[in-house]
Amino acid sequence: MVTVNITVNGKPVSGEVESRTLLVQFLRDNLRLTGTHVGCDTSQCGACVVHVDGKSIKSCTLLAVQADGAEVTTIEGVANGSELHPMQQAFMDNHGLQCGFCTPGMVMTALDIVNRNGNNLDEATVRKELEGNICRCTGYHNIVKSVQAGAKNMGGS
Amino acid sequence: MYEFNYRKVDSVDAAVEAIQQADDGKFVAGGQTMLPTMKHRLASPSDVIDLGGIAELVGVCVEGDTVIIGAMTTHAAVAASAEVQAAIPALAKLAANIGDPAVRNKGTIGGSIANHDPAADYPAAVIALGATVKTSRREIPGEEFFTDMFETALEEDEIITAVTFPVAEMAAYMKFENPASRYAIVGVFVAKTGGEVRVGVTGATSCAHRGLQLEAALGGQLDASGIDAVELPVENMNSDIHASAEYRAHLVKVMTKRAVEACAQ
Ligand SMILES: Cc1cc2nc3c(=O)[nH]c(=O)nc-3n(C[C@H](O)[C@H](O)[C@H](O)COP(=O)(O)OP(=O)(O)OC[C@H]3O[C@@H](n4cnc5c(N)ncnc54)[C@H](O)[C@@H]3O)c2cc1C
Repeated sequence: MVTVNITVNGKPVSGEVESRTLLVQFLRDNLRLTGTHVGCDTSQCGACVVHVDGKSIKSCTLLAVQADGAEVTTIEGVANGSELHPMQQAFMDNHGLQCGFCTPGMVMTALDIVNRNGNNLDEATVRKELEGNICRCTGYHNIVKSVQAGAKNMGGS
Repeated sequence: MYEFNYRKVDSVDAAVEAIQQADDGKFVAGGQTMLPTMKHRLASPSDVIDLGGIAELVGVCVEGDTVIIGAMTTHAAVAASAEVQAAIPALAKLAANIGDPAVRNKGTIGGSIANHDPAADYPAAVIALGATVKTSRREIPGEEFFTDMFETALEEDEIITAVTFPVAEMAAYMKFENPASRYAIVGVFVAKTGGEVRVGVTGATSCAHRGLQLEAALGGQLDASGIDAVELPVENMNSDIHASAEYRAHLVKVMTKRAVEACAQ
């Protein structure tokens, strides 16, 4: 077993894990942060996207030990108490989800898109940037709208 | 995934030593291929040696007419590098179209070429640009690096430290991508360097290679008019659920023409 020290959603946590423990398993099983989902075993679906040191990564494709010393943000760290983050609110307002399974990964990826591309996103950019996030319900249309609206609202306009 | 001993090292020497001491050790770079492979139990190393702590392997620099990319530089970093964008824009664009943003934030150039997936993008650039693969013990010409599907010239305990790319006069990469994974069903990189036009082909056959017949048809010019007449051996092409051998042979020529046209623009 190895000890890992990770800052998750601003709080330092530590745990004993096997070397093979994936970051997503550590988040879900050790910390009970079950908002981060696992939708595939081929690193393709994006339901497990979290931010590690400010960058979007697939937490099913990173060992917990590799995140030792890192700052991790999960979907649970996005809202301000009971007040939804503007990106979460945009998914609600634009019907950007149906079953909701892919939504945490979509929101985390959306925040990364805004970090790198700013608040004014055209549809083509959003569609290209969402290539690593798979949704089986919505046909993506309203997800794209949500990301654009959320990005705009994050800019305060 | 089976359990293993995990070791993070902070120097190339320490990594080489760690792998020599292990029963069946493997390096991990970005883990974007290694971890899925281990999850599926297609690999079960006794020891995983993490190259993530070796700072000297990360970064891009341009020296004269050469772009040097450290082995642990991520696809996202290459795509975003102003230096690569200025020196070899086609290379930055190639990196920007590997997989998806999260994969690009972890996956590395060293891992991509060491793995030599026959559908990976970088190998086409390494071959067409006449790059050199620098390792912990030698320099390997890009053209000789890829030996067969998932096989390279690397020894078990040899680490890629950097890839050096001569700056091309003109270059372009065109891939016909798998819409789910973004891997190349066929990818063709065309580069004009020092008066010579080279073609690197990935995805089409079991091994990334120079398109010598295509190069002959181009005859050192960025003029694609001779490409249609090239007869590529269909029996060498990969065939799977994504594309038949005949279709791949056709795509190689189409992608070559598009890359040549993109160069000429
Ligand atoms: C969903 C998805 C989509 C993808 N799409 C594409 C795509 O469109 N195009 C594409 O080209 N690739 C694609 N990839 C692969 C991606 O580019 C990987 O990053 C790459 O294949 C491996 O790089 P890595 O740094 O993650 O290496 P790892 O997975 O860590 O390692 C891969 C192999 O290389 C060895 N290795 C790593 N670094 C070194 C080194 N410095 N010296 C010696 N050996 C080393 C390891 O031991 C291992 O055998 C995709 C991957 C995923 C998960």
